This record gives sequence, structure tokens and C-alpha cells, in this order.
Amino acid sequence: MKVLVAIKRVVDFNVNIRVRGDGSGVETNNVKMSMNPFDEIAVEEAIRMREAGTAEEVVAVSIGPAQSAETIRTALAMGADRGIHVLCETQTEPLAVAKLLKAIVEKEDPGLVILGKQAIDDDCNQTGQMLSALLGWAQGAFISKLAVAGGNAEVTREVDGGLEKVSIKIPAVVTVDLRLNEPRYASLPNIMKAKKKPIDQMSPDDLGVDVAPRMKILKVEEPPKRQAGVKVENAAQLVDKLKNEAKVI
Amino acid sequence: MAVLVIAEHDNSELKPATLNAVTVAQEIAKEIGGDLEILVAGEGCGGVAEAAAKIAGVSRVLLADAPELANQLAENLTPLLVKLASGYSHLVAPATTTAKNVMPRVAVLLDVAQISEITAVVSADTFVRPIYAGNALATVQSSDAIKVITVRTTTFDAAAAEGGGATVEAVDGAVDAGLSSFLGQDLTKSERPELTTADIVISGGRGMQSSDNFALLESIADKLGAAVGASRAAVDAGYVPNDYQIGQTGKVVAPNLYIAVGISGAIQHLAGMKDSKVIVAINKDEEAPIFQVADYGLVEDLFTALPALAEELDKAL
Repeated sequence: MKVLVAIKRVVDFNVNIRVRGDGSGVETNNVKMSMNPFDEIAVEEAIRMREAGTAEEVVAVSIGPAQSAETIRTALAMGADRGIHVLCETQTEPLAVAKLLKAIVEKEDPGLVILGKQAIDDDCNQTGQMLSALLGWAQGAFISKLAVAGGNAEVTREVDGGLEKVSIKIPAVVTVDLRLNEPRYASLPNIMKAKKKPIDQMSPDDLGVDVAPRMKILKVEEPPKRQAGVKVENAAQLVDKLKNEAKVI
Repeated sequence: MAVLVIAEHDNSELKPATLNAVTVAQEIAKEIGGDLEILVAGEGCGGVAEAAAKIAGVSRVLLADAPELANQLAENLTPLLVKLASGYSHLVAPATTTAKNVMPRVAVLLDVAQISEITAVVSADTFVRPIYAGNALATVQSSDAIKVITVRTTTFDAAAAEGGGATVEAVDGAVDAGLSSFLGQDLTKSERPELTTADIVISGGRGMQSSDNFALLESIADKLGAAVGASRAAVDAGYVPNDYQIGQTGKVVAPNLYIAVGISGAIQHLAGMKDSKVIVAINKDEEAPIFQVADYGLVEDLFTALPALAEELDKAL
């Protein structure tokens, strides 16, 4: 089967983000960008499926500005076979992304779509679930284990109280949590090879999808800062402060 | 128009997160001058519906009790919610893994955006939500006819669980979508309070060095009646299961007292605990960023500090 992986270019997880002075958003110019960490896990899982023989082809899709092609190259260097880039210079909401991905799924006909459970920029945690519902497919959200056999996939989901096991019919959409796997680093030869792998470029218009946002961002601001408190000398002093000053124990 | 809250429950018990979502719904209902209703969907959950009917300010409880809804599978829950949605201006759910699983499906089928994990209600269509792991707060205005909202429960007080007298009405129409089946669950059993609702949380990081050493935290947790959590680093290292994880990619907590032990204080961890009332950091590295948000910092090796802390607590409590 073919596996489609959706990836997003985001501000690198190590960057201390800066809110723009005019409240219009978070500064993304001259900031290190990389693939959303959850999406790296999604790419890794797809490649492992191909290596294990459960998948024949891995297609990496990204929706975003011209530079998103670099993120697709990273997925290709990890081992994805080809890329699809939906060029979109404006910010897209999960609703629009899900519609774009649905249009691509209809063209590509994959057996499984793998996404990161959330992007670390907008922290929405919506796209995979939305795509699954639009397609009328089963979903396995926040998974830490995936086993595909026959027409089903058995997934282990990370839920608030622990773990949950669900069997889902294929084709399906799954979104991945941290413990599913540890993504590989691309080797230099594979980075070179990735340069020759094809990336198809298209626009939302080509796919017939209206990506107009439904939400207006009125302002973006920094959260109130916490002040550093005092240092205590030892455990006895700590207990004393907690009991008699903060009165929390 | 009215506001519908989707209750969080396990068929036998109404979970406290519901009460925080009700607080949000009350604010919205006041803005629009509408009613507040609650949906309890599951199997054999009549008792939950009765508990929901007692919540102050609720006018009606809808009870969808059907075998197809027993495990609240997203595929089966979605059609029911979509069907009910047309009667409401807002669907509000606590941002638990259950709601995160199903609400985006409902939103997309209504062709509306979802507003995830709001931390404030500005007006009936404008909300504040954290982005970038809580390092920025975005005020967003929705233009959609139905607002699908999940709520960051730790930032809202719980509504009063008693005092209401709503009617309970059965709703039908549950279907098995035939797409998924529940195989089982492996829930972490603990005598300690739940992480997200505990008054005191004590968490360990990579500095704990091993799974066994978490026993040091557990003994202190038991003295304080606290829940035990962990940083992502400790989870990644395999010391504790993922449902211990506090941070952007795990749970968000805001207890009265948060004790971070051997945790450096990565952005991703701070996102999950920086709204705690009092923060204590115990770390041997005095440069650790966790001290910048801690009300009380103890620069000491945790293997010295924890036994001493246990002893002092025995004396003081």
C-alpha cells in the first residue's frame, strides 16, 4: 500500500520564540525553522513500514510557503520516495489543510495517512482528525504503537488515563505521539540522493480548495512573566516556607 | 441559541474537567443570553447524567445511552454530535484526550474551524488561546456560525457541582460507523490523586536517573497527598509511562503547589506547569532555567534533598 505523510515546517523546537512588538504574531523571519517534531516521527513510521514490506511507497506532503520544499527534502533524505508541495504563502488553518489533504488523498489513493498529532506552532491538534472525518475513514489519534495486518490496523493510543487499544479499518488516518519511534537522522549520501527525488508542486486552486481563514487573529501577546523567587538553604527551610509563608502544605 | 457542553466521563463517573468546561459555557451563555445544556454520551451512563443535572446553571441534560457509544469511539460519537449541533451556537468540551479525539471531526463536518484549548472568553465569538507551547497568547475571533471549542481546564475554576436541577432527556440516533472497534485499555492504577486535578504535584526529570528512584518522589507524594508527574525527558528515558508527562506534549497542570525535582525547565515542560500557584525547584545545577520560574529554589543534589525533605515533612505535618 501507499502511505501518505503530512509534514509541516515550523519554528524549531529549540528556539525561544519572540512575539512581534506590534502584536501581529510571532517572529518567524531569520529564525531557525525545521520539520514539526511529531511529523518526523510520522515520516519515520512510514519509512519503517516500507522497510518492513507493509508499504510500497512513501509520499511526503507539505502545505506552506516556498521554503516548505526544504522540509519535504528533509523527509526525502530520511527515506520518503517523493514529495508533494501545495504552495500556500498565507497561513492555513487546520480546516483548510484537511480539505487540501483530502483532495490529495483522492488523487493518490493511499491506504494510510500518517500525521503528527499536533504542530508545535499553533498547537491545534486537529488536522488528522479532520481529514479522517472528511474522508469518512477510521482514525487512530495520538498513537504510540501501530501494527497493520490485512484490512485492519491495531493501534495503541495515548489517553489521559493510560493506554487504549483500538482496531481500525484501513484505509485510515493515524496521528502519532512521541513514543511511537525515534526518528533517524538523514545520512549524507541520502541527503544527496534526496536532491534527485521528485517534488510535485501545486496550488490550492489546482485542488479546488478555498483556504480563506475562518478565524481572525486580533492580537498575539506574551504571557505574563513569572518572577524568580528566593533560594532556600536546605529542606528544613523549604518546608518552613511552604508551611508558614506560602501556606500550601 | 444555547451552549452545549460535552461531558467527560467514564460511564460511571462525571469527571471534574466537565465542571471547568461548564464555567466557560456559563460565560458564553451569559454573553448570548442563552441556555446551557450538557450531553452525556456513553453506555450505562444514566448516573453520570444525574450528576450532570445537579451542576449549577444547567437547564437540560441530554443522555445518549447506547452500546455503540460505550467506549466513546470518535467514529461513532461524531455523527451524534453533528446531528445535535444544529440546535446550538457553541459546542464546548474540556481539552481531554477524548474531546481532542472527536471534536475536530465534528467541526470539519459542520465546516467550521475548531478553537483549541481556550484560556479566556473575551466575547461570544472571541477567545484567547495559547500558541507556541504557551509562549504566546493569541486572541482569535471566529466567523463561523457554530463555535466548536475545547477548554484548557486548568485556567478556569470549576462550576458548582451541586445546586442545579436540570431535566434529563434521552436522545437516540447513535450508530455504529463500522470503522473501529475497542480492544481494551491499560489505565495507570494509582491511589494518588489524578495529575490534572491534584492540589499538589511532585515531578521528576532526567535527574532522577532511573525508574526505581521515582520511589523517592512517591514517598514524598504520599506524605503530601500529591500526584506524581514527570518531564518529557524522564518519559523519553523510560523511567515512567507517558501519562505522567507534564508539558506541551503531555498534560497541563496548575496545582497549588508544584515541586519540580531534577527538572531543568525546558520550554516544553514549563508550558505544562507554569500556571501553578507556587513552584518549588530542586536541582543541583543553579543555572537551570527552572529556577527562573520557581518561587522557592533549592540548589542541592536531589539524592540529598529528597530524603531530607521527607524527614522534614514528617516533622512538620
